[in-house]
Amino acid sequence: MDDEPLRRTALFDVHRTLGARIVPFGGFEMPVQYAGILAEHAAVRERAGLFDLSHMAQFELRGTGVAAWADALTINHVATMKPFQARYNVFTNDAGGTHDDVLFYRLPDRWLLIVNAGNAHKMWEYLQAECRGDVQLTDLRGESALLAVQGPRSVEVLAPLVEADIAALKYYTCAETRAGGARAVVARTGYTGEDGFEVFLPADAAVGLWDALLVEHRSVLAPCGLGARDVLRLEAGMPLYGHELTEEITPLQAGLGWAVKFAKPSFTGKAALEAQAVDEDYPRIAGLVLDGRVPARAGYRVLRNGAVVGEIRSGSIAPSIGNKSIATALLEPSSATVGTRLGVEVRGTEHPATTVALPFYKRG
Amino acid sequence: MAQPAGLLFSKDHEWVKLDGDVATIGITDYAQHSLGDIVYVELPRVGATLQQFAGIGVVESVKAVSDIFTPLGGEVIEINPAVEADASLVNREPFDGGWFYKLKLADVSEKNNLMSGADYDKLIAEA
Repeated sequence: MDDEPLRRTALFDVHRTLGARIVPFGGFEMPVQYAGILAEHAAVRERAGLFDLSHMAQFELRGTGVAAWADALTINHVATMKPFQARYNVFTNDAGGTHDDVLFYRLPDRWLLIVNAGNAHKMWEYLQAECRGDVQLTDLRGESALLAVQGPRSVEVLAPLVEADIAALKYYTCAETRAGGARAVVARTGYTGEDGFEVFLPADAAVGLWDALLVEHRSVLAPCGLGARDVLRLEAGMPLYGHELTEEITPLQAGLGWAVKFAKPSFTGKAALEAQAVDEDYPRIAGLVLDGRVPARAGYRVLRNGAVVGEIRSGSIAPSIGNKSIATALLEPSSATVGTRLGVEVRGTEHPATTVALPFYKRG
Repeated sequence: MAQPAGLLFSKDHEWVKLDGDVATIGITDYAQHSLGDIVYVELPRVGATLQQFAGIGVVESVKAVSDIFTPLGGEVIEINPAVEADASLVNREPFDGGWFYKLKLADVSEKNNLMSGADYDKLIAEA
């Protein structure tokens, strides 16, 4: 997969025109920033930000067997979802580790499954291999785009361009409607810790909606890249695949116990997760706040009384937490207790830090 | 985009302002712009002895860690506490308030290994 040429979303030229800095991400050439990561972060927390998330893979699922089939591969309930509901879920391996963390959207006649860009190839192969019963899979990559409008003023910005009454949409629900004149699914979901919407629409309509949003709302809405998105999601305590979740890190370890439905009769990895839940003695993801300003980067060692007790998985300066240096770490359970004093080793020097509860940031 | 007058430059995007055998050192406007939002600067300690072009500290943006290579050798006689307290000063004033440290030079002739503003402009035009 690494040999494949980088792909571009329908908005690539628009990003270039807006002066975006482009980086490879998940097999695509994606904007990491436009004006700057901190300015974009502030726009989302205070007003609204516009993201191109078309790199995320969209799979369409149809058939009477989808719910039961998906329930057997994932930790959370699928069959209990009602039409126009969205739900976070995790595909697990036999050891309880994470294939991918995903969103299911149930529509009256089909389902949308959104998987991480970096896992798209793996997940497509996996789903096809596991496909049985009345389940039809369609890969919408290249055909369908995804724009997100995130921030406290999202309704004001997006509502004039959407036929459905999006102000009335509840969190984690969606509507089939028209956006910017094109057929679209508009969902009240996001990855920033703010109110906001995600809009699934045909790729050939993406530029039209993007431009209409920015022309109408230039003073409110800022185009935002993946750099700001990463800081926003980290502050909001949301896991990122490859960091807080991997094939080796289970949903229980990542603090997603709320999503693990042991009441389901069976699902891949259930036995391993049950054993882990009973044992409780497993390394887990915790939040860290450093005393000083030095950024804690993924891979740095976490120490306690001189001994290694874990590893940083994500880290950033956090504008919404007083510009402190925050991080997630995979820690030995005895060090994951809130209030534990630890050290983060940065270039050979230990910098003091304290374990804190996630999330770091909750909107007011 | 002409560089400020009277400075010398390294290929690693540091600038030097010479005053006799004392050099004030920082990173260029081009460098700060390339790095993006700077959130942390780690400087050598006062009294440290540096070799020309050695990696002697780091400057960190939101996304990345970059080494600082000292453009001249000598003894560190002063560091800028303002950039340690507020690293965004490097973005706002790379040639002024965002300076990093001052050196008492071991060998003033090392400046011959640096380039003029005009040559630095050529370097970044080709980048």
